[in-house]
Amino acid sequence: MTTKKVTGSQAVILSLLEEGVDTIFGYPGGAIMPVYDALYDFDKNVKHILTRHEQGAVHAAEGYARVTGKAGVCFATSGPGATNLITGIADAMIDSTPLVCITGQVASPLLGTDAFQESDVVGISMPVTKWNYQITTPEEIPEAIAQAFYIAQTGRPGPVLIDITKDAQFGELEFEYKQCTKIRSYVPEMPVDPFKVKEAAEIIDQAKKPLILFGQGVIIGNAEDELKAFIEKTGIPAAWTLLGLSAIPTDHPLNVGMLGMHGNYGPNLLTNEADVIIAVGMRFDDRVTGKVSGYAPNAKIIHLEIDPAEIDKIVKATVAVLGNSKKSLKMLTDNVKENSHDEWIERFRKCDMIENEKIIHKDLYPEKPGLTMGEVIRIAADKTNHEAILVTDVGQHQMIASRYFKFRNSKSNVTSGGLGTMGFGLPASMGAQLGKPERTVIAVIGDGGFQMTIQELGTIAQNKLPVKIIVLNNNFLGMVRQWQQLFFEKRYSFTELQNPDFITIAKGFGIDGHKVEKRDNLDGGIQKMLDHNGPYLLEVVIEKEDNVFPMVPTGASVSEVILEP
Amino acid sequence: MRQEFIITVYSENHIGLLTRITIVFTRRKVNIESLTVSESAIPGVFKFTIVIKATKEQTIKIVSQIEKQIDVLKAFYHTNEEMIYQEIALYKVATESLYENDTIEKIVRNGGARILEITREYTVIEKTGHKEETQALFNELNKFKVMQFIRSGRIAITRDPIERLSEFLKERDAFLNSLD
Ligand SMILES: Cc1ncc(C[n+]2csc(CCOP(=O)(O)OP(=O)(O)O)c2C)c(N)n1
Repeated sequence: MTTKKVTGSQAVILSLLEEGVDTIFGYPGGAIMPVYDALYDFDKNVKHILTRHEQGAVHAAEGYARVTGKAGVCFATSGPGATNLITGIADAMIDSTPLVCITGQVASPLLGTDAFQESDVVGISMPVTKWNYQITTPEEIPEAIAQAFYIAQTGRPGPVLIDITKDAQFGELEFEYKQCTKIRSYVPEMPVDPFKVKEAAEIIDQAKKPLILFGQGVIIGNAEDELKAFIEKTGIPAAWTLLGLSAIPTDHPLNVGMLGMHGNYGPNLLTNEADVIIAVGMRFDDRVTGKVSGYAPNAKIIHLEIDPAEIDKIVKATVAVLGNSKKSLKMLTDNVKENSHDEWIERFRKCDMIENEKIIHKDLYPEKPGLTMGEVIRIAADKTNHEAILVTDVGQHQMIASRYFKFRNSKSNVTSGGLGTMGFGLPASMGAQLGKPERTVIAVIGDGGFQMTIQELGTIAQNKLPVKIIVLNNNFLGMVRQWQQLFFEKRYSFTELQNPDFITIAKGFGIDGHKVEKRDNLDGGIQKMLDHNGPYLLEVVIEKEDNVFPMVPTGASVSEVILEP
Repeated sequence: MRQEFIITVYSENHIGLLTRITIVFTRRKVNIESLTVSESAIPGVFKFTIVIKATKEQTIKIVSQIEKQIDVLKAFYHTNEEMIYQEIALYKVATESLYENDTIEKIVRNGGARILEITREYTVIEKTGHKEETQALFNELNKFKVMQFIRSGRIAITRDPIERLSEFLKERDAFLNSLD
């Protein structure tokens, strides 16, 4: 292999190009200026998106990663630049999103001296990264970056941070790049044990009331077809976690809805009747299980999972099948008998009818004057033929959008699940749009969360990203207000917002938009947004004190799911 | 039931790994009773010996979280009974009190301890044993005033006839090669 002499900062860019990086999100500053200088010569090879805040960069990188399956890349300078990434890194960690974050650091002789803009980024990011590493000499750059991509993208993906001192960026090295294919101390995935698969298959074949719970592991493992084949062969109803959403088409007859606190009535209620639960690429988050001691008391648990640390962490597995879900699902499908569970599925249908009558119909086709989040989502989803990428922020609108959007394609739902990070939506939608330029990206955001990263409208405008932004404005921190109403005797402590004129703000950034306050204008308003060439902000004023139901109250068991207050 | 467990971690020698490992404990509010780090018999591989008081269930989860760290090769947990373990303690007493009567000498001899250094002012005594033993000696010596006392973290070796780590590394290499 030939080598060539380059600077450390050139090596950073060359390494990223070797890894096939086409988009970088970032924000410059003193300690990463050499890298930005090197980037100047490569603007034909790689796109750099200058965000308005480092939090915007990291959430955008997450959005990009979630729709492409590739690591999102972001740059930040030392000190405040790097610490501004932390929320997004923590978000990526808990939602298994591959990221490679590269931060500049003060020159190595200054480390530990409280130099200007020095912060211990490696120390700060340690609990929220899958791996991190500080580079102090130029020679380390190619290998560390190769390892970073390997670690971020394999096994259970996650964020990796590489901190590079300024002298390492300035120094020279003989550049030679080799992709990393193994690390002695790291086994990304265990080979699937055929005996475990047989054991699981026997339990599944015997089951009278089996239920599949699928999570993001299916999407990350590109195991959508394998999941569908497994479901169809066994005839087992399947329910999705918030992050498993879109793995199989929402209207698949065996898809019985969403699990969890604001999930559907049937899957929550019937979890506790199931005799076998087959959990695929999900981690029994407390939002899914409710009170663990009252969770699935009658069920044997079969857990298909890539991360050994998830086995028995919350719920004890009767049989654990370690490994990549694409492989384990395939093997399991080969080993189970064809089957059907019509009576059991009928139970879910009955629950659907109850939920439809009590909640869904009123949400989607309200007769009261005030607009509901549900009808906005229904119209936007219908008009895009359920083929858009949905990006949501955190709160009531997130739950409503996840419940009602309905998907046809995988990797189409981008949301902050595990961390519940307000401010995620807008920047993540930029990343999703850059990752999938050919697709319509709809960002659904609350009036609270919108104001956490609203400055990214500038990035959207500058880069002409045609994101369709729907702000559902209830003049409240809605989800918190709902809890205050239900559990704190309506004591609305600091949840009411006096909002700015969002449309004027958008126009100030050069983004067109308009505000809808009446049902008569809703359909046309959404159409106008979708027809608009370029980014667009649609503000919809909705009923101030609507609630999201069903709900599994905190501390209750999933079968205690309630349909109304 | 909470009891003592000895966790042994084998890792690559990477800066920062100690923090990554201790974070696993602090995040779960489990106190580390003692911690010893040294190079193992295999060059480049480091060994952590960590003593905690926890339930077995907690310990299993902690071990799998530690093993999940990229630079960790392998982590094991054991009960005290499954391991041979020792701690070392040093005691400094005034040499004067040694001369005043011969009790100290007797304590040292009978307690399986030894004298490391004697100067005009002080004498340093060393004892290896379990915590209860080194503590018992402290209590005895303290009758004559111990000026300084220090006890090391625990070091431990399995009662297993096979050297787990080398077996493990062989398997791991074979496994990684099989992936190519
Ligand atoms: C960064 C951050 N701070 C606080 C919270 C707590 N929180 C969860 S939902 C919510 C209200 C969100 O309000 P809004 O964005 O208006 O959306 P809505 O619930 O009204 O749809 C808050 C404050 C959070 N999830 N993230």
